[in-house]
Amino acid sequence: MKHFNATATVRFKKSVLEPQGKAIQLSLAEKGSHEFSLVRVGKYIEVELEAVSLEEAKQKMEKIAGDMLYNDVMETCEIHVQEVAI
Amino acid sequence: MKAAILTFPGSNCDQDLVSALKTEYQIEAELLWHTRAFDVAHDIYFVPGGFSYGDYLRTGALAAQSRSLGSLREAAAKGKPIVGICNGFQILCEAKLLPGALIRNENLQHICEWVGLKGDGDWRGVYPDGYALPVSHGEGNFICSADDLKSIQDNGQALLRYTQNPNGATFDIAGLASANKRVIGLMPHPERALKEQPDAAVSKARFGRLFFEKIFSLVSA
Repeated sequence: MKHFNATATVRFKKSVLEPQGKAIQLSLAEKGSHEFSLVRVGKYIEVELEAVSLEEAKQKMEKIAGDMLYNDVMETCEIHVQEVAI
Repeated sequence: MKAAILTFPGSNCDQDLVSALKTEYQIEAELLWHTRAFDVAHDIYFVPGGFSYGDYLRTGALAAQSRSLGSLREAAAKGKPIVGICNGFQILCEAKLLPGALIRNENLQHICEWVGLKGDGDWRGVYPDGYALPVSHGEGNFICSADDLKSIQDNGQALLRYTQNPNGATFDIAGLASANKRVIGLMPHPERALKEQPDAAVSKARFGRLFFEKIFSLVSA
């Protein structure tokens, strides 16, 4: 078995209300920083896993992402997988 | 009638349902803990309100992965009536037993108040004018794809709609049925509207009964 580090970056779709980013943007504007026209907060999920190959590790990540890590009604998800030497 | 209530760490309306079913309808409900699969031997299943798994990841997301939900999927496949209230609605959406998802209320506030409702779709005309139930939620803003919305409208699945939308929900949806009308999710809490309300308008008293009677009619259907 090989070891992998994976990340899933989960973002709200542009059409979906994302209040934390909006609050940050308003806070910046209150301090006089009006150049930040959009702030969006998402999730960054780190996973360590074992698999026989990079391809299998990616498949495993895509499976849990679709099943659980993000909801395609409101979010998108980007996955990166990298082999690590133990 | 054999009723069951699924419970998760963080469920907090399960005992309200137990009490409602027992006091009003003399039904002893069985509580089913999330770690165990169960036999589909009940006539109706409830998924209660609360904050399952602390709302981690997304509301209802982790509950939707639990072992008991596997059994609930079997129940759904057999056409058993399933009712999710508040967090239960969120769980049923996350489990894809209902279309769409529930996101943060448009005004970003937790809303705890009585809301006016009307029956629509298959439940059009079922409830009297001035019908209302209490809500208490932070994430009750229903969204779905354009295709899902069209199906919901075409099939009469939007059973309960707000008369004055409190949370931004698409198509004013407060309560929603699956395509086969056997799985129902709703944000309002009918189990909190069964006793006389001393400080509420008389017209609001015991409105929960009308909901439960409609739900129980699914058992024999």
